[in-house]
Amino acid sequence: MRRLILLWVAVGWAGYALLPWNAIGGDGVFALGWLGRFARDPAAASGFGQVLLFGRAWLLPPALLLLVPLLAPARARGPLLLAAGLLGLLHLALVGAAIGLRGWNHPWLAEWFGALPRRNPGLGLGAAVVAAASLMFVCLALAMRGWVKGDAFVAGAIGGTVALVGLFILYPIGRLLSGAVLDDDGALSLVALAQRIGSAHLLGWHGVVATTLRLGLLTGVSATALALAFALVVHRTGFRWRRALSALSVLPMITPPFVIGLALILLFGRAGALNAVLEAGFGITPSRWIYGFPGVWLAQTLALTPVATLILGSVIEGISPSLEEAALTLRASPAGVFRNVTLKLLAPGLVNAFLIVFIESLADIGNPLLLGGEMEVLSTAIYFAVVGVNQDIGRAAVLAIALLAFTLGVFALQRRLLGRRSYTTISGKGDGGLRAPLPAAIRWCAYLTALPWAGLTVIVYAMVMFGGFVDQWGLRNNFTTAHYASAFRVDFADGTLRLSGGAWNSLLDTLVIAAIAAPLTATLGLTIAYLLDRQRFAGKTLFEFATMLTFAVPGTVMGIAYIYAFNRPPLELVYTGIILVLCFVFRDMTTAIRAGLASLAQIDRSLDEAALTLRAGGFTTLRRVVLPLLRPAIVAALVYSFISAMTSISAVIFLTSPRYDMATVNIVGRAEVGQYGYATAYASVLIVLMMLVVGAIRLAVGRRHLGRREQLTMAGG
Amino acid sequence: MTGSPGAVEFRHVTKRFGLLSVVHDVSFTIPSGALVTLLGPSGCGKTTTLRLIAGLEMASSGQILIDGEDVTRLPVTRRDIAMVFQSYALFPHLDVRDNVAFGLLNIGRTRAEAAAEASEALGLVGLGGLEARMTGQLSGGQQQRVAVARAIVLRPKVLLLDEPLSNLDAKLRRQVRDDIRALQQRLNLTVVYVTHDQEEALAVSDQVIVMAAGAIAQIGTPETLYTTPASRFVADFIGDANILPAVIEHATIEDAATPLTSVRIGRALLRLPAHGHGPGPVDVALRPASVMIEPPGHSDGFVDGTILRSAYLGECREYAVATELGEVFVIDYLRRPAWPAGSAVTLVLSGDGATVLSR
Repeated sequence: MRRLILLWVAVGWAGYALLPWNAIGGDGVFALGWLGRFARDPAAASGFGQVLLFGRAWLLPPALLLLVPLLAPARARGPLLLAAGLLGLLHLALVGAAIGLRGWNHPWLAEWFGALPRRNPGLGLGAAVVAAASLMFVCLALAMRGWVKGDAFVAGAIGGTVALVGLFILYPIGRLLSGAVLDDDGALSLVALAQRIGSAHLLGWHGVVATTLRLGLLTGVSATALALAFALVVHRTGFRWRRALSALSVLPMITPPFVIGLALILLFGRAGALNAVLEAGFGITPSRWIYGFPGVWLAQTLALTPVATLILGSVIEGISPSLEEAALTLRASPAGVFRNVTLKLLAPGLVNAFLIVFIESLADIGNPLLLGGEMEVLSTAIYFAVVGVNQDIGRAAVLAIALLAFTLGVFALQRRLLGRRSYTTISGKGDGGLRAPLPAAIRWCAYLTALPWAGLTVIVYAMVMFGGFVDQWGLRNNFTTAHYASAFRVDFADGTLRLSGGAWNSLLDTLVIAAIAAPLTATLGLTIAYLLDRQRFAGKTLFEFATMLTFAVPGTVMGIAYIYAFNRPPLELVYTGIILVLCFVFRDMTTAIRAGLASLAQIDRSLDEAALTLRAGGFTTLRRVVLPLLRPAIVAALVYSFISAMTSISAVIFLTSPRYDMATVNIVGRAEVGQYGYATAYASVLIVLMMLVVGAIRLAVGRRHLGRREQLTMAGG
Repeated sequence: MTGSPGAVEFRHVTKRFGLLSVVHDVSFTIPSGALVTLLGPSGCGKTTTLRLIAGLEMASSGQILIDGEDVTRLPVTRRDIAMVFQSYALFPHLDVRDNVAFGLLNIGRTRAEAAAEASEALGLVGLGGLEARMTGQLSGGQQQRVAVARAIVLRPKVLLLDEPLSNLDAKLRRQVRDDIRALQQRLNLTVVYVTHDQEEALAVSDQVIVMAAGAIAQIGTPETLYTTPASRFVADFIGDANILPAVIEHATIEDAATPLTSVRIGRALLRLPAHGHGPGPVDVALRPASVMIEPPGHSDGFVDGTILRSAYLGECREYAVATELGEVFVIDYLRRPAWPAGSAVTLVLSGDGATVLSR
């Protein structure tokens, strides 16, 4: 314990004395450009430096508080440590609240401490490190009092994750909620709220809300029905190509969702392939039906059916065959078995699939943006409220809250309906029975639904892959590599390599940010899963709720909440790479948590307890027992968060900046102005890249498994 | 390989989960070098008590001492204990040697030292030579011994065993039980042993702590518990005693050694230790083996009855007899030919298998 206290004192001092207290603009703190200005510019100096060199006395308290743990007598160390930590956090909160963008927030503070420059940066790395050290003082002090069985690591992990979840999930969403009822001057106003609801043409049969819900319901029904047909064909028939079919359902996981919309434009748009055929062959004038509700519905159904298929597939697989065998021995006909047993057991899965598709449809922004035309849904309305000429972030907040209310409602409904109700069995005992054959009528229904749809999916992906090689779709249909060149041109000039293509910037930024975010996501998510599954502490239910909340928060809402909360001091993060990383980490965290929880459920709890009784602390237990057993979940979390960071758009569309562009935002931006060639070329490169990454990771993991088995046989023999 | 054993002391320890108090104001002392069992039905708080000693649960109030040191607020890692889990909790990703060496590495042994000590401990439990096996390749009995080796290799002050025999088959249980007792004697260990099996508890323990509903029902040697249960619960839980209504007729008769009182049960008048009871109605616990079944009209019979059913168990025969005092459970060690169901009989008390309990 003493060593840990010393460690955090050292960390705290490093943050306080060596790192810039405030946020560094421009290239950011990691570019180290501030080193040269450290002693000359208060904006680049550390907290201690600002006290010593620039007389900023209000930053002195951390110096005293960071000494307390060193000077405290052994008897009173716990309480003093607790006090030092709490006071440190309080000091930071006060400083954060006192200094705004334009200086002191209250005139008497300016009189007291002297005026500040006209532009003040938010808190930076130094302040963050001091905050972390103070927080750890509190956690260590609590552990010394026997909290969480006195385990310093667990106490610190709980404190750290709770602080992060609070700061980057609850705080932004709370700010967003409060933003909706504040008027332009920041005063509480229900009139402002009422005006925004009225002016946002939210309500009514043709209002944004009704359209959004109609789209969600229809997409939910169509995607679930198609998914049922797909899942039955794949898991319950002897269909020859069912492996290929199930591969189709993996594709969308590595495809940015709006790519489907892009392909539909190439297929059914005014200059689309199908229209061209119809016009040439039958003289039918091209219609614009694809731009609007039907187009978005079709695109979302195509994009979301695979998600529903995955859910239903695992449910169908999970139904114990002996239940169907039992029904057969009880004189049920095959049709009766399907109707009265299989379908009934599938019911929770069908509900679940529907609700998840519904949520995803509400959250989708890419397809409505590309295909919506005049039609607005909540997510696009939010987008236009922020990016349009008449920026109204308050209106965006109202719309975001409406969207959040629906997704949270559905999420609550899902937990309520399905909470403990699952009929699947994973006992592994006595499940060796044979599945009842599908009745012929059902089988043919499934074939006739699933196969044409699969055909359409194949065509859609083919369009994406071909689209990039066509000069100008529908007008000049000749083969060209010009789009690829404009996106990915590489010049050799003066012996140096220059990436002059338009896509390079965004692609490299995306790769770097995804590569940074993925391990952070996996670490945070699995740590939280470990805490939720293996530890008991006060407020755990609330903590669990807060982490699971993110699952129901649409990316659009998250994005808008982030700009809303982090656009001014004390936390000014907009237009940085950090906010993109944070956004990915906290959006994809839930998936990592779920993967972690599922794996931990299979690891006997007494294993960690055994490690504890064998003198391994919480950290050693995690490192030497839990993590080795959790390896599959780690890989899954890494792969998922990397892919998600590469392909998602709904949140980052609000957070990108000229300095940090993202691939998906770049593609949609080009597609919106009609550069379909460039967009499809870029999208297909992205898809192929994802395939390669997933393949490489699968290969690496596979080899590691092999290596272990070899070792095992060597040891055994 | 001998550590120095330590005593364990609970002072008014309470453990609450939310509003539910699972262990309630429990105090006891486990002497150093003794094997003490915590015995009770499931849900009585015995495993929680064990986990409180280990530090896997933290006491809500009260004090826990190991070897005189207050460990109430110390984390598991800083208490000098070791534990054998009911599921054994062997690490599936480590081989036998690494499992046993796991704790040694955590207390700063080098790899070579840890490997040597692990081999020694494995030899002690009769598993020498299996160091390189993966734990999944061992039988249940072998896994259990790896778990024991992994615990004793740390030379803890206290060894905690959580239902160590529950995953073994009946034949192996008796042998492993004896092995554990022998190992405890040889290494001079303080052992706290949790079980719900009263026969197992009586067989291995120096002392038994019987628990019921989060509190201690009785502490004593196996013999004390069996012959003089302090409560209805203990009498019923240990040895399936019959609990029959009786009346204390006379005030205490002062005897030289123990105060005896005369107790009427049915037609019989017994002289039993009073245990502080005055005249009036009480309950009496009767051991099933101290009741004999005789033909009706037997002169010493205390109550008449009818045989309800019987079961033949090889070395004995069990009867349920309906009487006006209630159903009486009798074990007969084949001293007589079988009584068929429906026979009219009379019951006779023999020896000292009766204890006065408060009603």
